Amino acid sequence: MTRFLPLLWAAFALALAVPAPAADSDPEDLRQFRSETQEARYWDLLGQLRCLVCQNQSLASSDAELARDLRDEVYTQLVDKQKSDEAIIDYLVERYGDFVLYRPPFEPTTYLLWIGPFLLLAIGFGVLATVVRRRNRAAEPALSEAERARVADLLETDSDEDSRA
Amino acid sequence: MRAKVWIPLVVFLAIVALLGVGLTMDPERVPSPLIGKPVPDFTLPRVADPDRTIGPADLKGQVYLLNVWASWCVACRQEHPVLMEAARDTDLTIVGLDYKDERGAAVRWLRERGDPYLASGFDPQGKVGIDLGVYGVPETFVVDAEGIVRRKFVGAVTRQQLRTEILPLVAKLREGQS
Repeated sequence: MTRFLPLLWAAFALALAVPAPAADSDPEDLRQFRSETQEARYWDLLGQLRCLVCQNQSLASSDAELARDLRDEVYTQLVDKQKSDEAIIDYLVERYGDFVLYRPPFEPTTYLLWIGPFLLLAIGFGVLATVVRRRNRAAEPALSEAERARVADLLETDSDEDSRA
Repeated sequence: MRAKVWIPLVVFLAIVALLGVGLTMDPERVPSPLIGKPVPDFTLPRVADPDRTIGPADLKGQVYLLNVWASWCVACRQEHPVLMEAARDTDLTIVGLDYKDERGAAVRWLRERGDPYLASGFDPQGKVGIDLGVYGVPETFVVDAEGIVRRKFVGAVTRQQLRTEILPLVAKLREGQS
């Protein structure tokens, strides 16, 4: 392992030395917006929309070809066609379904999804309450007077003598 | 008291069953909102014959498959022989949509591997692809005579699917039409 360590460091240094591909060559980074609010809306929209290819990435973070195309589409609709956020989201939902939304709508098929966690929480609290109540009841004095006296007696006796006996 | 001992086991088995069912589901299969709706209209130049166009309007009154393909698509290679067989052995009408492709490569693909399509629309920008909600080529839509999308398959269609799902559905749709 130690033999490889210098090599590893060298590789590491090399990785740092090579500049990342020039970001400004990507036309996506040259996008012009009419205002800062518009740009904020653009990024906000992309963050809410899910890429269908890399399903755990938003349109903003995915590098998939389709995500690129959809970013183009969102940009065109937002900046060139001046559409509202809702119109753009509807446009994508019409084509790709609710799946593109990171925040799915509240409807019969998603009731369980939205309510499920709260339901589980409620069940958990219910179980906890019952267990605690039952335990309290069980903790009531379990020793009779005679037993108490015997315990006190035993505790007072010297343990060494006790073991010898 | 005895019955209570089994509660954790029962809960555990219920969770196992739930997660087990979850494992058999494929998250890549996103249900298409297009099913039951008219296929989005488009008119595209044909791959092999750019002077002519193809689109759903040309196919009104026919039950057909709309198959999204591309020469760069690896799974399409697997699917292609199945489509060739379908075109040769059955009277199925298959229309292609050549998605985000280069014309030269697409023409070569059809020349080398055979052309199962009535015609293929050429969609280099993928605009029609977006209208169809395409996210993983190949994709195949079953469209009825009224131009309504009845089913969608994502990924390469297998012989099995062709025989047990597509052909019976097409036959049923044709029957309803006459």
